[in-house]
Amino acid sequence: MGSHSPSRRRQFLTGGVGLAGLVMAGVRSLRGQTAAPPQAAPKDLLAYGQPSPFDNTIRRAPGAGTALADTALMTPLQDLDGIITPSGLHFLMDHVKGIPDLDPKQHRLLLHGMVDRPLEFTLDELKRLPAVSRIHFLECNANSRPLRGANGESVQLIHGRTSCSEWTGVLLSVLLKECGVKKEASWIVAEGNENNKYTMSIPLPKAMDDTLVAYAQNGEPVRPHQGYPLRLVVPGWEAIRSVKWLTRIDVVDRPYMAWHESGNNADTRPDGKGLWFRFQLGPKSVITRPSGGQRLPGHGFCEITGLAWTGGGAVRKVEISTDGGRTYKEAELQQPVLRYAHTRFRFPWRWNGEEAVLQSRCTDERGEVQPTILEAAKNLGVAPEYFYDADHFNGIQPWRVTRDGLIQNALF
Amino acid sequence: MDSFRTRCSKRRVRLRTASVARRKPPYVLLAAALAILASVTALAQGPTYQLGRSPSSEEIKARDIAISPDGKELPPGRGTAVEGAAIYTQKCAACHGPNATGSALHRGLVPLGNAKPVKIGFSLVPYATTVWDFINRAMPQTRPGSLTPDEVYAVTAYVLYRNDVIKETDVLDATSLPKVRMPNRNNFLPVQPEWNAKAKRPFGYYP
Repeated sequence: MGSHSPSRRRQFLTGGVGLAGLVMAGVRSLRGQTAAPPQAAPKDLLAYGQPSPFDNTIRRAPGAGTALADTALMTPLQDLDGIITPSGLHFLMDHVKGIPDLDPKQHRLLLHGMVDRPLEFTLDELKRLPAVSRIHFLECNANSRPLRGANGESVQLIHGRTSCSEWTGVLLSVLLKECGVKKEASWIVAEGNENNKYTMSIPLPKAMDDTLVAYAQNGEPVRPHQGYPLRLVVPGWEAIRSVKWLTRIDVVDRPYMAWHESGNNADTRPDGKGLWFRFQLGPKSVITRPSGGQRLPGHGFCEITGLAWTGGGAVRKVEISTDGGRTYKEAELQQPVLRYAHTRFRFPWRWNGEEAVLQSRCTDERGEVQPTILEAAKNLGVAPEYFYDADHFNGIQPWRVTRDGLIQNALF
Repeated sequence: MDSFRTRCSKRRVRLRTASVARRKPPYVLLAAALAILASVTALAQGPTYQLGRSPSSEEIKARDIAISPDGKELPPGRGTAVEGAAIYTQKCAACHGPNATGSALHRGLVPLGNAKPVKIGFSLVPYATTVWDFINRAMPQTRPGSLTPDEVYAVTAYVLYRNDVIKETDVLDATSLPKVRMPNRNNFLPVQPEWNAKAKRPFGYYP
């Protein structure tokens, strides 16, 4: 669905391996990396399989048409099926001004602070420990701001700061138990090994619960832009907590109020109060097909599908309205429905050519219900416009179907 | 044939080892055994899996750069906004602008922090230690971690002075920095201290 211009990525790739390599080298030097990239045999197009040249599924930046722009790239939710986001299409928010090329042989994870035995692990040692594979979504806390993108119209640019992968690694609790956490400890401070030495505080109960030190994503090493060779995955929490290029865990007794958790990722309410440390994401869902910017090919049957997820655990139900929220009917949830994972929903629909407003509503296992923007505004005591630039917005996304089949954002 | 040769060479090795053992006095063996034991302990410290290495306290200290709000980890050093202004011009102004108001690609430092969606007109950042910590670990962007503690104290003082938080001549050091009162300190909702897996999200934290 939707018409695409020819992919720039494909144009590069049809130029051959040499040109692709040149492009990559150019990107590296533009990022200002001083470390030499690892000496690996060049992977040609067959050695690492590529999508069909007819396919144009790429990440996009708001306001820019190319995937080569850095800093913020959104997952093309409207083009994807199932619940797994291909690693190369995982959303990317660059908080650290450049993606480091880390040599896995040199990389170390140090755990210290309020522990009986500080320990330092190599990647090989971590891979010898008992591993788990878990399917979890990550979502940027700034996802779903209502007017994102040139026209605020596409699901990719508004909601594409979420992706879902199978992560493999060691539970952080295993490593912390090896170190022996002292009684008075209550938080951890996690640090990444890049330009900013990006830092986040996480409460110890979550660190000991299901937080994962991941070295693999969808069966292969974590991609560089996702934290190669090691990243934290904090299930169900705002993705700013899932520290990439993870190199240090300091066990402490208070949050450290690092820049990215206090000065840079806090919101202000109209009464001046600051909102911070809002760990858990709310229940959310969005119809990905049909969605903003697309056009229905004609009258008749058209399955509605989309994704739902929640920081509250598992999605319990998704309801669909085709009349702008006046009535709702339950959608079918595609199995498996996993905790802290994207959940695919489907709903049979027949378009009769009349105007319609399609929207989905998620209820999670704790009974929390995704609000409309008006309900969300009432809850927080703000005007709906507050959410134009706020974080953690999980309001219902309505899409209007016009009489000529165009899909538009109907939030405002 | 091959296996026979292997067996022979194995036996030769065993014999040689045995003869060495016979000739050396017992304390040498004891020392060797202790050395091996010590290296094994140093290499494998985790109680369950016997993996990981025990880093020395110097190694930890070299990497332990995070500063908490009470500033107990702050290193010795000092600086004022007057000194910081010179360093700012030299190492910071290229990105943050001559008046710390930012440029198209880089954020301004007045007001400090990213107050959104409601602008508050003054610095959002709740603790002065946060400013010190971030300058120390991440600035300048071209050579992060290259500033000396004195320089970090001075540039922090300059940034806080530009935000009307301290006076131009106030000296910042390990004692005075954590005592700086940031204007927004008490305007945050409390951090959820006891997160637990079953608790509902508290009202007012979320849309």
